Amino acid sequence: MPILISLAGICLIGLLVYGISTQSASRTLDTRVHEGRRPAAPEASRTLPVLDGDGVSSLRALRGKVVLLNFWASWCGPCATEAPMLQRAEPILRRYGGTVLGVTYKDATPDSEAFVRRFHITYPNLRDGTGDFAAGYGTDQLPESFLVDRDGHVVTLARGEIGQRFVNQAIELARST
Amino acid sequence: MRTGARPTIRGARSLAALLAALALGLLPGAAALAAARASLPQIERQVMCVTCKIPLNVAESPQADRERAYIQSLIDSGYSEARIKHALVGQYGSAVLGLPPDHGIGLAAYLVPLVAVLALAGLLAVLLPRWRRRSSEHGPGEPPAPLAPADAARLESDLARFD
Repeated sequence: MPILISLAGICLIGLLVYGISTQSASRTLDTRVHEGRRPAAPEASRTLPVLDGDGVSSLRALRGKVVLLNFWASWCGPCATEAPMLQRAEPILRRYGGTVLGVTYKDATPDSEAFVRRFHITYPNLRDGTGDFAAGYGTDQLPESFLVDRDGHVVTLARGEIGQRFVNQAIELARST
Repeated sequence: MRTGARPTIRGARSLAALLAALALGLLPGAAALAAARASLPQIERQVMCVTCKIPLNVAESPQADRERAYIQSLIDSGYSEARIKHALVGQYGSAVLGLPPDHGIGLAAYLVPLVAVLALAGLLAVLLPRWRRRSSEHGPGEPPAPLAPADAARLESDLARFD
C-alpha cells in the first residue's frame, strides 16, 4: 500500500512538472534560427479567420512569397509604432513578390478593425484569438515578427519592436530571391 | 361539510391562478431581470485576462483594459451574461472562461480527480471488509480481566484518599 501511494504521488509531481514546462513559451525556433538552420514555419497550414471579412486563410496560402509575419494587437503600444512602417513596406514588398502578414493576438475583432482603420493598413491580417497559432512561434509577448522565405522557412525573427533594419532585411530577401 | 369544502376548492383555484400568473407573468420578468443584471464587475469575476492568465477583476494590463471595454460594449448593447460569455469565447477561445482545455495536459484537470475518486472508492471497497472482519474477530465489548487482589486493594486505598 505505501508503495502504491508513493507511486501515485510521484505521478502527480511528474504531471505538475510537465504541465509547468509546457505552459512556458517555446524558444526552439530561436535556437534553430540562430544556428542558421532555417526551420519550417510552424503552424503554416493552420487556418485562421480573415480579419476584415469572411473566410479563412493560412500562412501556407502565401507559399511562394516572402512573408514578413507580424503578431500584433490593438492594446499593444509598440505595435502602433510598427504599423506605419510595415504599411510603408507593404507596396515595396509586393513589388518583389512579398507581403506583410499581420496576425492579431488575443485581440477583440472590433478593436483590431479600428486599429487597421486608424493606420490605413492594407496588408492582409488574420485573427488568432485563442493564441494557438502564436504558441507555435513561442509568442507570448507583443510585438513579434518573423521573416519567412518563399519556401516557407523562417529566416530570422525579432521578439519585440522591429526597426527599419528588419523591414529592409525582408525587402532584400524578396528582391534577391 | 359541503360549505366547508367550498372555500378549500376556491383556495386551491386561487393558488392555481396565482401559480399560473407567476409562471406567465413573473417568470419572463425574472428572466428579463436576470438578463438586465449583467454587469461588468460580475462578469469580470468569472472570466480571465487572456494574456495575464489571471482573473480579469484583478488584472491590470492594456489587454485587460481592452477586454473590459469589449465586455462593457456588449453590456451596453443589451447582451445577457450568457451571450457575453459566448461572445468572449468567440473572440478569445475557451481559455477566457478559465477552464482547462479538454486536450493535452489540460485533460489531467478532469481526469486526475476522477481517477482519485475511483482509487479511493476501490481502496474503501478493499479495506472496509477487512476492518469489519478484524473488529468482529476481537468481539464486541469483552469484559476486562479482573484485577489481582493486591492491585484491587491498592486501587481501593487510592480511591479512599480522594473521598
